[in-house]
Amino acid sequence: MSEFQTVFGSLNDYTKGELKIINDDPKHYVFSNIFDVASKSKPYEKVVVAINLEYVIEAVRAEGVSDWFAVAHDEFAIIMDGEVRIDLVKLDNPNAVAAPDKQGAVKVNGEPVGKKMGHIVCKRGHQALLPAGAAYRFTATKTGVMMMQTVIGDLSVQKWADICYK
Amino acid sequence: MSAAANVLVNASAPSNETGYRTFTLGNFKISRDEYFVHVTWPAKGQQMKHIMSADAFLRAMMRDVAWGFFYGWVNFDGMIGTRNKYGQVEFYAGRYAPAYHDRGLDLVETFDTPLIMATFKAILEDFTNKGFDPFAAPDETGSSWVGKKNGSNTEAIDRQRQACKRMPGLPGDAELRSDSNGYPVNRAFADVVQDAPEIHAEEGFENDVHAMNLFAYLSRSDVTWNPSVTSVCGRSLCCPTTEEYILPIKHGNDRVEWFVQLSDEIEWEVEDKLTGLPRAKAIMKAGDVAAMPANIRHQGFSKKRSMLLVWENATPELPDMYESGKLQPYPVNF
Repeated sequence: MSEFQTVFGSLNDYTKGELKIINDDPKHYVFSNIFDVASKSKPYEKVVVAINLEYVIEAVRAEGVSDWFAVAHDEFAIIMDGEVRIDLVKLDNPNAVAAPDKQGAVKVNGEPVGKKMGHIVCKRGHQALLPAGAAYRFTATKTGVMMMQTVIGDLSVQKWADICYK
Repeated sequence: MSAAANVLVNASAPSNETGYRTFTLGNFKISRDEYFVHVTWPAKGQQMKHIMSADAFLRAMMRDVAWGFFYGWVNFDGMIGTRNKYGQVEFYAGRYAPAYHDRGLDLVETFDTPLIMATFKAILEDFTNKGFDPFAAPDETGSSWVGKKNGSNTEAIDRQRQACKRMPGLPGDAELRSDSNGYPVNRAFADVVQDAPEIHAEEGFENDVHAMNLFAYLSRSDVTWNPSVTSVCGRSLCCPTTEEYILPIKHGNDRVEWFVQLSDEIEWEVEDKLTGLPRAKAIMKAGDVAAMPANIRHQGFSKKRSMLLVWENATPELPDMYESGKLQPYPVNF
């Protein structure tokens, strides 16, 4: 048995850290907690928790089955809690779903048209590639939380005042 | 003088007393003895002097070299450090210590990157004794840094930063870490689950359907405070790292940087970038996300080895956008 205990967070067991201000504005640190955000989110709502120009990190509550999404660029999902199946389809005509210069994920209307690429089952700590030109769908076999590395898009939700220390 | 990568490094013969060389970089001289590193520079007709514990100096210089001078300022402590000008690097003493700077007792000199990099690498090689690993936590590497010149540890200081092109494990990209390629699970992460994601790829998509156990990958990191790159989305880089003891430098940001605490806890001390005056403390626990604004310097303290995801934007124009005021130093208004 290890003498060390590694502490990860989860939807049901997390502790938000502290921000102690000496001479600054707490808003400048944009301090939130992914599990706290997901605990108050709708399933698959893409809540931005970090932003740098057009690039974002989103906290996503994985619960039930998502819509199909597609992206014109790579995205990455890190499972922070729960268990998520990711189905992937190589779109026959990706530009018709998300134009090459379209940023962020878009919702696919109905079922995606293309070849099945396969699926991945991820648990806590696993990171999956959501490749450009593919459509993907999440199925949470156990409700959890994902962290998405992507670009800000039409589906991204910014509600900083609700999630950050002020 | 010794030649490294076609750049002349100015070094003395080994000292008869300690065995260490003295290095000259512009008007700076850098030397060490059994316990300390000494940096001297001229100012107002006198010779100024700064002293650091040799282990702290080596840990700081190791990061500066491994990170290629990183984004912005790498303060070895409150007195000396480097500023990356991307192609050139400033080395300074006292510039961001107001008591020195306000009285003209500081010195800033600019060097072409290959010269300062070669000089720093030569210093690291000379000042690092056998058995001391500047990347390791103190609990792992002990006190072999103390004393007169005693061998070297080239293997430890020549480690390359692991940076993927897209994601580790993809064909032609960075390797995943395993026992077989020299990355055993670190003692502090022995309880981290090592399972792999289930990947069911249809024929023809074996190279496109991809996932990895990021937490297991991090549990096998053999270094502290040295980010690797594990996913690339345009110029957005996820750079997770494992942290134990103290970040050996105070990083001064030339852009907004973000932290996502993946496990355990880190306490950050945040100071004004130019003056070092305290501004905030952030105690980050698993799942916490925080920005480090572009006008601060920060240093982390991690009691237990922890996993931290540093999120960087590598857009080359960013430093100028902040310097010119085109961007405010913090990321959002709300």
